[in-house]
Amino acid sequence: MPTGHPAEGFGLLSVLIAAPLAAAVVAAFLRSDTALRGWTLFATTLIGVVSLGLWTGYEPGRVGFQLVERMPWVRSLGIEYRLGVDGISVLLILLTTGLAPLCVLASWKYIGVRVKEFMLCLLVMETAMVGVFCALDFVLFFVFWEAMLIPMSLMIGVWGGPRRVYAALKFFVYTMAGSALMLAAIVALRLKVGTFGIPEMMGHNLSNEFQCWVFAAFLLSFAIKVPMVPFHTWLPAAHVEAPTAGSVLLAGVLLKMGTYGFLRFSLPITPYASQVFAPWLMGLSVAAILYGGMAALAQTDMKKLVAYSSVGHMGFATLGIFSLTKEGIEGATLVMINHGVTTGGLFLVVGMLYERLHSRELDRAAGLGRVMPWMATFLGVFCLSSMAFPGTNSFIGEFLVMAGGFKISPLLMVVAVPGVVAAAAYNLRMLQRVAYGGVSNPTHQGVPDLSAREILTLLPLLVLVIWIGLQPGPVVNLMQTSVEHLLGQVRSVPAMTLAP
Amino acid sequence: MTTLYAFLPELVLASGALGLFALSLGTGKDRAGWWVALGTALVAWVAAWMTFDVRETIFDGAYRIDGFSQTLKLILIGVLAVLVLMAGELRDVREDIRGEYRFLLVMSALGFVLVTSCMDVLALVVSLELGSFPLYLAVATRREREGQRSQMESAIKYVMFGVAANAIMLFGLGYLYGLTGTTSLPLMAERLRPLAETPMALAGIGMALVGLFYKLAVLPFHFWTPDVYEGASHESTGVIASMPKVGAVVVMIRWLSLAAPEGRSLPLLLGILAAGSMLYGNLIAMAQRDFKRLLGFSGIAHAGYTMLGLVALDQAGASASVFYVTSYALMVLACFTVISRVSEDGRNVPIAGLAGLHRRSPLLAATLLVGVFGLAGVPPFAGFMGKLALFTAAFERGYGWLVVVAVLNAAIAVYYYLSVVREAFFGDAADLSPIRLDAATRCLCVGLIVAIVTLGVLPGRLLDVLSAVMSAAGMTAFVPAAAS
Repeated sequence: MPTGHPAEGFGLLSVLIAAPLAAAVVAAFLRSDTALRGWTLFATTLIGVVSLGLWTGYEPGRVGFQLVERMPWVRSLGIEYRLGVDGISVLLILLTTGLAPLCVLASWKYIGVRVKEFMLCLLVMETAMVGVFCALDFVLFFVFWEAMLIPMSLMIGVWGGPRRVYAALKFFVYTMAGSALMLAAIVALRLKVGTFGIPEMMGHNLSNEFQCWVFAAFLLSFAIKVPMVPFHTWLPAAHVEAPTAGSVLLAGVLLKMGTYGFLRFSLPITPYASQVFAPWLMGLSVAAILYGGMAALAQTDMKKLVAYSSVGHMGFATLGIFSLTKEGIEGATLVMINHGVTTGGLFLVVGMLYERLHSRELDRAAGLGRVMPWMATFLGVFCLSSMAFPGTNSFIGEFLVMAGGFKISPLLMVVAVPGVVAAAAYNLRMLQRVAYGGVSNPTHQGVPDLSAREILTLLPLLVLVIWIGLQPGPVVNLMQTSVEHLLGQVRSVPAMTLAP
Repeated sequence: MTTLYAFLPELVLASGALGLFALSLGTGKDRAGWWVALGTALVAWVAAWMTFDVRETIFDGAYRIDGFSQTLKLILIGVLAVLVLMAGELRDVREDIRGEYRFLLVMSALGFVLVTSCMDVLALVVSLELGSFPLYLAVATRREREGQRSQMESAIKYVMFGVAANAIMLFGLGYLYGLTGTTSLPLMAERLRPLAETPMALAGIGMALVGLFYKLAVLPFHFWTPDVYEGASHESTGVIASMPKVGAVVVMIRWLSLAAPEGRSLPLLLGILAAGSMLYGNLIAMAQRDFKRLLGFSGIAHAGYTMLGLVALDQAGASASVFYVTSYALMVLACFTVISRVSEDGRNVPIAGLAGLHRRSPLLAATLLVGVFGLAGVPPFAGFMGKLALFTAAFERGYGWLVVVAVLNAAIAVYYYLSVVREAFFGDAADLSPIRLDAATRCLCVGLIVAIVTLGVLPGRLLDVLSAVMSAAGMTAFVPAAAS
């Protein structure tokens, strides 16, 4: 079992985890709101730049976890402070550290009250999110996973929309309930394997029955986070009520934790159970694609529309994962990154519209393209990306997922087609209404176009949409070895019949 | 001379109590009483720290000073310091008996501190009573008030249940004495070993546990909890919710060390009671409107969690239980501190009364957040690590079903803990007058937050110390060494 280089002291990953917390401590002593915003922006940008060290420091060709840090934490319980990354987690960490400064920019004016608390929540979130993606000790992972709940629900509940309390509590209860059984599974695994170390748990020959139990316990937790279809009901509420920065982090990073969980834990630790459950989960994924598409089509609230589109996109991610093919998993990882970029961008645009109109209704925004050409440009690109238009980032990801899916079940892919069509329909409908729709709407007179700050917020995402769309090579290269290794772990057990 | 030195923490507490008694004879010495109580707690803590490495058996083998007892003394005296700081103004206790109240508090602490070292059944029972009786009185010291459960009713409930439970405990101890012919715990354990699985011994140990089930508020002996919580003043409830529970866990560990380590019947009984307590406490807590009643029912549930470690009947489990009950005491005291400061004149605080707390006093709101999420078992607070330690211990001994019951319960509990946080952080209130806190309260809040987070992030130190002292005290696999 390759576990990367042996024990080392603190390194880049610890810096990335500790830096936001340190920034939060400084922020706690700042008084003026402007200073707070400036400091948080500076800190998150700096962390973003430092995190680029992962891009150069990580060797994509080498199998196993890299940049490993390992120290005892709670000896009597056998818990370690153990970090490490593979290609998949590097991408997700970069996504997290990249989105954080954009969230600060998006909250610049949007958050007018209790700025300090908001920025503290944001920074604590960043620590927890980065921590989730690099923890190699299961308890450490769980601590980060749960520690995120408090700042996120505060973010929704204090700075959110009219039904914020309901949304915040629903989010908290769902996630917490989901992870309760995961904790039991972690303890059970520890007793079988003898350590909380994730690399040791991978490829440990667990009995088939035990694997199924563990898989089921993980499934509930991850399926709620993704969210997969019967467990998705917290998502529209949370997305709609959250402030823009909250929605961006929720869509951009938090949902990825579910799919990341499948990739990091379910597949390698319980390979037998993964194969047993895979057909069912592919079915659920297609249901999510269809349901997300149809539901988004029916929305008149733009934020809800984007929220439901997330359900569909994440359906593609889980579909790719449980196709258990190389194309599928690579595609799924791409979808995870792309969804963070594209949906993040859409939430930002919708948030900017809301700041101007104080409404998220599609009808109220109709025809805004006339007075806001910059906004219309950005919205156009993000909508095209969201419908997986060739040349944008999402195309490659969804294409790979479909290619992987076709290997397993062409029939299922045909069933998913209406979902893809719906994605085109709701995105084009939104774009058409906002950019071109309506006769000149008198209430739109004097609505200002995007400010320089807002353009600066959206531009990095736009660049990524086009860059990944035309040049997916570097991203795919980064994760290729990790994905192949992962598949090797899954296939190490006797293959099952995979067709549903 | 060394005997006296080993006995130093107890002596400090006893003389502090005496001083408080002398002060209580006069009037208008309220502030002085507070300082004396605080000083006693701090000096006693330092004394326990100084005697930490002392290993001695005194009073003809009835009293053993070892690592385990000294660690527990540090914990208990620490809790006493928190309680003294919390009982600052005592708004809800009549002015003329505030001196007595502080005297009772220190006496009770002395009782539980004595419990940790007692190696003789009789001494242990007497110490336990010394800890309990002041609390019966403390419940009754609350001010009389319209439209509120009478403090007398609560006090009588507390006494009656307490005395009945003690009677059963003594009855059980009588059996054990009859079987072994000694009151010395180490001797008793030795002579009981061949008999440990006989019905008589099981009945004896089981009944001896009842008195502690009552203190810990485990399921069939929990009836007093919500009413006493509601009827006693905030400060007294804080005491009842913390110190006796730590003491009870210590004594349970002592009683269970008499049981056969591989026995199955006692753990099964404990497991069923634990599962029942968790389910009952959590389900009823969901329906509560009064914050103190809610904490009462949640206390029943937490008693269930604490028992998870005792079910394991081994050292890892016992360390986990002590760790958990310590964290629980800190977390619940964080909640009671908030209640006592939010409450205008000592009235009970409905959950709705916490509305807008984060505007009224950010520090109190933060304390509440840490306390409540700690109770809910959310990392990085102490409650999470405590639960993890308990779950690991119980799972290791094959009680997977109990762990599953416990995690499901933890999930249920989140719902009502959230309802508290919701009011404090998301609720809007008409009255947003800021709450002013004195310096002592601010220190207390910051101290509690730091302690709860530290125990959650770095639990290793305390857990290691607990395991180490338990092995040193001969409690490995629950077989106490014969008195040296």
